[in-house]
Amino acid sequence: MASVALALLIVMVVSMVLTSLMSWTIERVAYRPLRGSFRLAPLISAIGMSIVLSNFVQVAQGPRNKPVPPMVTDTIVLMERNGFAVTLSYKQIIIMVVTAVLLAGFWYVVQKTPLGRAQRACEQDRKMAALLGVNVDRTISLTFVMGAALAAVAGTLFLMYYGVVNFSDGFVPGVKAFTAAVLGGIGSLPGAVLGGLLIGLIETFWSGYFSIDYKDVAAFSILAIVLIFMPQGILGRPEVEKV
Amino acid sequence: MSAEMERPVAGPNYAAAARDAVLAGVIALGVFGPLIGFKTEQNMNNQLVVENRWGIVIVIVAIVVIGRFLLKAFVFPALVTRKANAGPASTDESFFKRNFKTIGLAFLLLYPVIIVSMLGYQQSIKWVDNFGIQILIYVMLGWGLNIVVGLAGLLDLGYVAFYAVGAYSYALLSSHFGFSFWLLLPLSGILAAMWGVILGFPVLRLRGDYLAIVTLAFGEIIRLVLINWREVTNGSAGISSIPKVDIFGWITFNVADPTYIGKILDLPPSSAYYKIFLYYLILALALFTAFVTLRLRRLPIGRAWEALREDEVACRSLGINTTNTKLTAFALGAMFGGFAGSFFAARQGFVSPESFVFLESAVIVAIVVLGGMGSMVGVAIAAAAMIGGTEILRELSFLKAVFGPEFNPDQFRMLIFGLAMVTIMVWKPRGFVGNREPTAFLHEKKSVSGSLVQEGHG
Repeated sequence: MASVALALLIVMVVSMVLTSLMSWTIERVAYRPLRGSFRLAPLISAIGMSIVLSNFVQVAQGPRNKPVPPMVTDTIVLMERNGFAVTLSYKQIIIMVVTAVLLAGFWYVVQKTPLGRAQRACEQDRKMAALLGVNVDRTISLTFVMGAALAAVAGTLFLMYYGVVNFSDGFVPGVKAFTAAVLGGIGSLPGAVLGGLLIGLIETFWSGYFSIDYKDVAAFSILAIVLIFMPQGILGRPEVEKV
Repeated sequence: MSAEMERPVAGPNYAAAARDAVLAGVIALGVFGPLIGFKTEQNMNNQLVVENRWGIVIVIVAIVVIGRFLLKAFVFPALVTRKANAGPASTDESFFKRNFKTIGLAFLLLYPVIIVSMLGYQQSIKWVDNFGIQILIYVMLGWGLNIVVGLAGLLDLGYVAFYAVGAYSYALLSSHFGFSFWLLLPLSGILAAMWGVILGFPVLRLRGDYLAIVTLAFGEIIRLVLINWREVTNGSAGISSIPKVDIFGWITFNVADPTYIGKILDLPPSSAYYKIFLYYLILALALFTAFVTLRLRRLPIGRAWEALREDEVACRSLGINTTNTKLTAFALGAMFGGFAGSFFAARQGFVSPESFVFLESAVIVAIVVLGGMGSMVGVAIAAAAMIGGTEILRELSFLKAVFGPEFNPDQFRMLIFGLAMVTIMVWKPRGFVGNREPTAFLHEKKSVSGSLVQEGHG
């Protein structure tokens, strides 16, 4: 067990370092030249980059599914009645613990450290932040690095939980992550967690009680409905319209 | 030569360039090393086995190092010199540039004739179908989305949904009820416009990222419903054997019919006639889209769209009904998407949800933005460059002779497509065509720079 945990940790750290480096490079190549340019240019560049990344992996690693042997198999039986057991697997516990630790860590970084303060300042007003001595380029680079490191952890956990990975597996979680961030309110860390939890719960309960085919439809519909009544997301700050 | 001598830094700085190149090499090793250097393959027991491919990594890193060195040592200083020495840009435009629209239109009208006279009927099919029709479908989609994104400034990432509505409307109604294309073309436009209004209503209050994500979600919802509502749409298997278009029932394109075009015009049977007919049909539809857009821009509704894009608050305070303005933009954009969709279904003879994934929406938005939002010519150029470019990559089978029979250029198609998107955006963030022609002006009509045009908040 200890060796498996150590292996997972090493894989996670190595993948975090590699994706961070990639994200830093991508930011330099594809996004930094477009900073201060008009709003849709980085969006198109980002869509292009996502096509590049998934196709790069397809070309480099082949289009087939990659199965890995299950690393963590133990489960805890919480309760048992009439021969049906409610179980909690170690995999699920690992995911919850890692998420909680990272959430606490990143909440601390964003709220309490100089870097986090610089990030929040850039979010509010990039020009003013630069005038007050915040290194905007460095802050944005580090933000990209942090985002990529978190995505790497999520990817490792995804592979550990499902045991199969494919070059195109990133797309749907990417859209769902964006959906969760928007649902919770962009710019709010607890909002992102709440949004993610809500999307997951809606999908699970919908698949359990109605139909598994329409679970994504349910998630997206709820997103649309929430945004119609709360256009800023659940925990987002209302946008002040400046004239 | 004397200008060269006066420059403060004479000659390339090799030391700095070398340092930069080594750094770039280290980064390239980190980025490409693990993903290319190791490859996992399944063996007979379904276990993953690691293969090493460090040879390719060394080649890539070497290319990066040398490329970066050359860039830093020679290309960047040369660019700086050229910028410093560049005189005022010449204002007179060449004949080709001035008459670009006329020449382009003439070329489009004559394209099938040129191809057929060069290659004969049988060989022309590929060029008319894969290049001509394919590009024109995207030109039409680009022009339709241009109304929403370029004119009204509302970012719609789910445009492909309306394309799907049009395609399935034609596919279902023609195979179940036998309606003709000419009846279903307007009908699918109307149905798509209706869906445009259905999407438009809830998103009226949303702006920016929120609008983008809800339109994206809408596109996904339509696709997922198409996949899962098997009783009607036949699920992922799609609907096949959709009837062909005919020329109002007088001339048809089925060899068995007595009214087959070959029998009427006394020509040998060939599928090329149908492709050429489809080419002119989609050209007419695309030009109709362009015509309507150009005329609408001069009407109050078109002016209201552009005003909305420039400043929504000012728009409202001047008494423009932003609700109606947004809804008409969504509806009209969707209608042209629906037209293109029904054409797509008629051309393919087969529709499945596979054709309406998010990537298609992204490609259409990319075409609109790469062309320069709001510029019709730019959108057409972008569609030709992006779609034609990726189609040409299919034709590069001679590369097999260079890299061996295992090499498949087709797999690099989307990779190069994505790289092109990023490169064009970094190189020209305002798109291919950087100037706009205002419809309202004082005294004389002048083109203005695209950077003076807002992109909207939506």
